[in-house]
Amino acid sequence: MMPPTITLPEASMPEESRTITTELAIIGTGIAGFAAAVFALERKLTMAMAGSTGALAYTTGYLDLLGKLQGTAHAVDDPWQALEELRRSEPEHPLSRIAPAAIERAFTLFTDFLGREGLAYTPVGRNNLQIMTPVGTVKPTLSVPATMAAGPALMASGSPCVIVDFHGLKGFSGRQAVANLSQRWPQLETARLAFPGSRGGELYPEIAARSLQVPEIRQQLAEMLRQAAGTAPAVGLPALLGMHRPDLVLEDLQRLSGLTLFEVPTMPPAVPGIRLRELFARALPQHGVAIVPQQKVQHLRLDENGAHLTLGDNYGTIAIHAKAVILATGRFLSGGLEARRDTIREPLLDLPVAQPSGRSQWYEERYTDPRGHAIHRAGIVVDQAFRPLGGDGHPFHPRLFAAGIILAHQDWIRSRSGAGIAIASAYRAVDEAARLLGR
Amino acid sequence: MQPVTPRANGSGQEAVFETEVLIIGGGVTGVGIMRDLALRGIHAILIDKRDLCAGASGGNHGLLHSGARYVSNDLDSARECRREGALLKRLAGHCIEDCGGLFVAVEGDDEAFATNFPALCAQADILCEPLAPALARELEPHLSERLVQAYRVPDATVDPFRLALENVAHASALMGSLYFPHTEVVSFARQGDRIATVFCHDRRNDRPLAIRALQVVNAGGAWAMNIARLAGCDDVRLLYSKGTLLVTHDRLASHVVNRLRRPGDGDILVPGGTVSILGTTSLRTDDLESTRPTVEEVEVNIREGSAMLPMLAEARYIRAFSRVRPLLQPAGRGGDRDAARGFALIDHEEQGLSNFCTITGGKLTTFRLMAEKASDLVAKRLGNTTSCRTALEPLPHGSACRWTEPGASPRYWFKESKPGDMILCECEMVPQSAIDEIVDAAPGKEEQMGLEAIALRSRAGKGPCQGSFCGIRICSYLYDRGYYRDPSGLHHMRRFFDERFKGQRAVVWGGQAAQMELAEALHCGLLGLDTLDMEDR
Repeated sequence: MMPPTITLPEASMPEESRTITTELAIIGTGIAGFAAAVFALERKLTMAMAGSTGALAYTTGYLDLLGKLQGTAHAVDDPWQALEELRRSEPEHPLSRIAPAAIERAFTLFTDFLGREGLAYTPVGRNNLQIMTPVGTVKPTLSVPATMAAGPALMASGSPCVIVDFHGLKGFSGRQAVANLSQRWPQLETARLAFPGSRGGELYPEIAARSLQVPEIRQQLAEMLRQAAGTAPAVGLPALLGMHRPDLVLEDLQRLSGLTLFEVPTMPPAVPGIRLRELFARALPQHGVAIVPQQKVQHLRLDENGAHLTLGDNYGTIAIHAKAVILATGRFLSGGLEARRDTIREPLLDLPVAQPSGRSQWYEERYTDPRGHAIHRAGIVVDQAFRPLGGDGHPFHPRLFAAGIILAHQDWIRSRSGAGIAIASAYRAVDEAARLLGR
Repeated sequence: MQPVTPRANGSGQEAVFETEVLIIGGGVTGVGIMRDLALRGIHAILIDKRDLCAGASGGNHGLLHSGARYVSNDLDSARECRREGALLKRLAGHCIEDCGGLFVAVEGDDEAFATNFPALCAQADILCEPLAPALARELEPHLSERLVQAYRVPDATVDPFRLALENVAHASALMGSLYFPHTEVVSFARQGDRIATVFCHDRRNDRPLAIRALQVVNAGGAWAMNIARLAGCDDVRLLYSKGTLLVTHDRLASHVVNRLRRPGDGDILVPGGTVSILGTTSLRTDDLESTRPTVEEVEVNIREGSAMLPMLAEARYIRAFSRVRPLLQPAGRGGDRDAARGFALIDHEEQGLSNFCTITGGKLTTFRLMAEKASDLVAKRLGNTTSCRTALEPLPHGSACRWTEPGASPRYWFKESKPGDMILCECEMVPQSAIDEIVDAAPGKEEQMGLEAIALRSRAGKGPCQGSFCGIRICSYLYDRGYYRDPSGLHHMRRFFDERFKGQRAVVWGGQAAQMELAEALHCGLLGLDTLDMEDR
């Protein structure tokens, strides 16, 4: 007798194919992509976004505009004046090709949006803030989360202050911060606390931050902070004061403890980056933006009608049809550029990449060379309308724009200008896309 | 002969130390001599201008040769390797992984050479077992489909850093012998037929020191010729060959894999714990100090290596490193690979000196034998009649020496399971307790160790992130425990990253380019290590 055959049912979840039709597609969900979305909302464009948000968690929350000029020894104090110098010394730099008024407007729109959505930032001012890093060095930046705002003023005035750290929190040492800041800030001290409810072992900032949404935990921490502060009126502590509405957590802790408090970023990936990621993931869909999260765009086709993106997730294929597209895919870490053994490529469209002649030219001999490395200046070249250039020196396609650190002729690391390039170029790209779309 | 107690601050500002024997050079030969002498009851001071295994001792495959590699061009060396390899497996098993080795030929390789190979091995008494290519590929699935011949030999791997640390620790325990890292010879003061005092410079704190010894041993490896010249001796003649090797992200083969042909570029792949090491190139050089791997050397290794294991062309590499090998200047013709790989012991008596000798050349596998020969001469000159015991006495296990072993840290950490003992290097699972033990008790510990010195004594920074994260965590931890107290800790951190980068620069592509970009964004963009000096002003 033949054994009975078993017929397996058809897959119970048939692949569905989904199509999104919209005005603007944004590829990339880092600062540049999200800033583009904010500006496009302002223009009342409909849009869809796709990309993985891995790199965003690596930001500290500081929004740099321009903190260092090539070949100068000192940190930039007035970034607006420094932009004028940049325009002369590096005319091809993306920030040299954007009017300062537009840069300022872009920063203001972006930080206002963050503030409205629950993550207040310090106002965009004339001067850089000089703000401490987790190891006690000082970094110039333009705007920081309101929860970090008190730090620079306290440091400038030299007021008595205690940096608190926690048992089990790796890579954040109050003693290290104090040892490196003591020249500049003699009245800075440090104290180590056990985080409320912690039972020893490693303390994960993200979990600690979420636990501070609970009022009882805040009560306990406030009491500990009051004791640790002694006679000092202010305490700085690692950035873990809540995940959503950290300004309210801070306010409550200040009220309970009677102290001025400020956050200091921990080593990324860390809470301030996760806050930004979660804010965008929540707020943009509420404003009608279609986000396809954590999916890489597999294919991008451009024709006279627009851009056609193909993505896939576990449920099948997703197609996005848009009239214009902004490429904000970042550099090597985010996959916007690919370093092969012999050359640097842009993987999605194989756009020409301005780059050094060969791998032996990518890096200087010394890693921390203040001049930076040629590999960072590689990237996509755009025209005045932020359209990537094709091999013939003309725009690759009239409906394609690019923004963020994928752009060539800048070293965002050495010039402390990553957020500045992202926000300002996104503003310009959206401006040009809106013009193309007749908006 | 009584052991002389070292005495510091003898005269004026200059620290003066006295000992029976001064050994110059902290490679495996120098540390081997230190221990050999201690076992004979002789006190020594060992100095190195950098740190342990900073030269060729730490810059090789870590291959404990069965000798098969040398059967075609140097039968004596082959036999020496066979004897010494077997001895070390017995006496220093904790520094060795007895993984076995394969010799493989692919289509196009010299068939006559391959066919002759077993007979040559037999002449040197080296076990050589023929393997059908299909069986070899079963043992090592990454081997090329174009394999035509394969043999199995008793190759193994050895951790030169652990070996060096254990030798120093044992000599210190036996005789109170001392090791001074970062201590460089400046000049020799001769009195008649003797070197009376050796003037040195402590590079860390920029202070002079003088060492008086009855005997002085030059175990300077590639630097031996320069050191001998400082002593007025022109009878050490070396050629320098720069070799570059690559470290893969993964362990790609469980055996040592040798190309079955005359020794050439990129023809050995050696497992090293969780990674594999591919090499080497061979390039004549005059420059002993600047030995950075180049992109060209990386490409040569990959091209040659991928003939044996095609996936080497696609593999992720985390590091490259170069070192200069000393080759004894050959009398006749021949390339560097044919130059004598044996060693030389020079007594300098023709140069009018009775208490100075130089030992150089040779290879990692035969370091014990080299140390024995040098120590025999030194002991004889000192009138010490105790015979060598390193061929009998097992090498001890030192607790503070154990952290260099790949894959061992998590085991120790888990076994001891101390509450609050956090992992600082997440790639290699190096816990706080390892850092504590190293700064408290490791051989060559200094008043304020840099991160490089700690990394040399552990696995910290050896994983895919190459120290870019754990360097930050270890530095914070050292501030935390009050070991670093001022901005010098950040300078240590920067020096560590700059040092690690020398080995990364030529292999940054693919996944490593992403890793590097993230690291630099943190180190420079956020922490400002690129402007540290400017900050100070």
